[in-house]
Amino acid sequence: MAKTLFDKIWDAHEVADGLIYIDLHLVHEVTSPQAFDGLRLEGRAVRRPDKTVATADHNVPTDGTPAARMIADELSRIQVETLERNCAEFGIPVYSLGSDRQGIVHVIGPELGVTQPGLTIACGDSHTSTHGAFGALAVGIGTSEVEHVLATQCLVQRRPKTMRIQYSGELGTGVTAKDLILATIGGLGVSGMVGHAVEYAGDTIRGLSMENRMTICNMTIEGGGRAGMIAPDETTFEWVSGRPGAPEDFDAAVAEWRKLPTDAGARFDTDIEVDATAISPMVTWGTNPGMVAQVTEAVPDPSAWGKGPADREAAERALAYMALTPGTPMTDIALDRVFIGSCTNSRIQDLREAASVVDGRKVGDGVRAMVVPGSQQVKAQAEEEGLDDVFRSAGFEWRTAGCSMCLGMNPDILAEGERCASTSNRNFEGRQGRGGRTHLVSPRMAAAAAIEGSFVDIRGWT
Amino acid sequence: MRPVDVIDGNVSVLDRADVDTDQIIPKQFLKRVERTGFGEFLFYDWFRSGELELKPNPILVAGRNFGSGSSREHAVWAIQDFGFEAIIAPSFADIFYVNCTKNGLLPVILPEESCAWIAEAGEARIDVDDQTVTFAGGVVAFELEEEIKHRLVHGLDDIGLTLQGSEAITAFEEQGGADRGPVTTSL
Repeated sequence: MAKTLFDKIWDAHEVADGLIYIDLHLVHEVTSPQAFDGLRLEGRAVRRPDKTVATADHNVPTDGTPAARMIADELSRIQVETLERNCAEFGIPVYSLGSDRQGIVHVIGPELGVTQPGLTIACGDSHTSTHGAFGALAVGIGTSEVEHVLATQCLVQRRPKTMRIQYSGELGTGVTAKDLILATIGGLGVSGMVGHAVEYAGDTIRGLSMENRMTICNMTIEGGGRAGMIAPDETTFEWVSGRPGAPEDFDAAVAEWRKLPTDAGARFDTDIEVDATAISPMVTWGTNPGMVAQVTEAVPDPSAWGKGPADREAAERALAYMALTPGTPMTDIALDRVFIGSCTNSRIQDLREAASVVDGRKVGDGVRAMVVPGSQQVKAQAEEEGLDDVFRSAGFEWRTAGCSMCLGMNPDILAEGERCASTSNRNFEGRQGRGGRTHLVSPRMAAAAAIEGSFVDIRGWT
Repeated sequence: MRPVDVIDGNVSVLDRADVDTDQIIPKQFLKRVERTGFGEFLFYDWFRSGELELKPNPILVAGRNFGSGSSREHAVWAIQDFGFEAIIAPSFADIFYVNCTKNGLLPVILPEESCAWIAEAGEARIDVDDQTVTFAGGVVAFELEEEIKHRLVHGLDDIGLTLQGSEAITAFEEQGGADRGPVTTSL
């Protein structure tokens, strides 16, 4: 029978009905302490520390703090130190502050080459869907499930439904993978993918880099999806090749990986087609990622938005929180802050794209802009290419690796009422700081917005 | 986990769609390394600004796609610690739903219409074994997966259950099922 990419991975990992073996477990400091406590309480060991790897990302300051014990915030320090202690006790490799492999968990996995096609991957973080860009089945889990994976190397899972979204045609100039996924979520809504493993397919996707594919899979959870996936191909193999975690017999691994793509004739529960040439640069205006418009549009009228009274009320509340008036052109929205970073858009290609927009210009008056590389490796690479100079000369702050202002669990936060163009993934109320107002955009748009002080249609911007 | 069989009492109503876990428990409260004490931070910004008031009744009736966004289980711990024992909503976000069932916080999915009736009635009785919600004006049935129900009703530890079948895991590993993927300890 013809199988989907998802079916092939699921079927190869089912230990028993509804029990899935996990090939790679990624751990970070926020969702793991209570799981390790649970193991200790029951006297349980970590079944496969050799399939587990940890890093510190959510809490870390991005000011170059060199070691956990030097984190100024007491609770953050305790959490990162607890992670280091737990990993030492249970034999798990950890890349914490001070390691040149430290970074956002969804950046370092692919970077180390441990994220590979055909694997099942779990992590106590909803953006684990990122790793599906390699043709893996990667799911975000809660702390109880983190403990379950630590103890059993398995996950109790209900088989999700499958969805395929096929994109055709080339993205227009200045239109990016971020715009593609924002437009998709805008169309389907923030619960449009709930209960589904989503495969992104079509010639548009085939033409994208691994960084771009990761951006797309990353935001699957913003559509409510259980997992996002992209079939592995030459682009994927080339990325994994030569990295520390790459298989020793690489050719043999590639031969297996070539069997993974969805078979012709395989059935999905839902199949959607999207004309990628019609996608424009996107900017969110509301308080969830589905509240999004083309940059050439205006802030919508809540009475004309969505499907029914619940959506209208949500849009009204969102506009009140965002201090926006219906009918305001998106390009008239003035910004206080710009954040380039997060597990969605902090990889080297993201920084290169942003730098190409910034090069030789200056950040607008009254705008505070920062770039936070996703990992120490990305930072080192960018510095080797001189991107840090480009950003610094323009007036951007150049920081060290971490989740930073994506969720403000560290000193990088918005002040009440500040408005930010952000390359992150969530524009929820208070996400970047209490009372802060977030507009989600691509790295190019964020860079241009930093210069102009407002959103611009970068297709016509010079 | 404490067994969950019957939940009976007053209903609090949160009539909003797509309530995300950042609202349920803002990130500044995720730094604790314990499972307890999160109740006082529930809906912190909404409660503090006065735009939302909820009594800690046994049952919360919420809007569609409740618990979207972050996987933080702290959201479930906060809701339980505050006093809710069950949430009735037209739909839940996937990870949040699973997190509920791992902690004995009962998630009940019912059509919007039924949610509205129960909210209107102001009190209800949920019988997990029967899979029914009874309120002034009617009785409605809800779906619950057999595996989840079994664990909830008996208060069973998920990990303990899986480890009872650990021979299957060992066999899977020995038959090459665990040969895929990197060895993280030798990077």
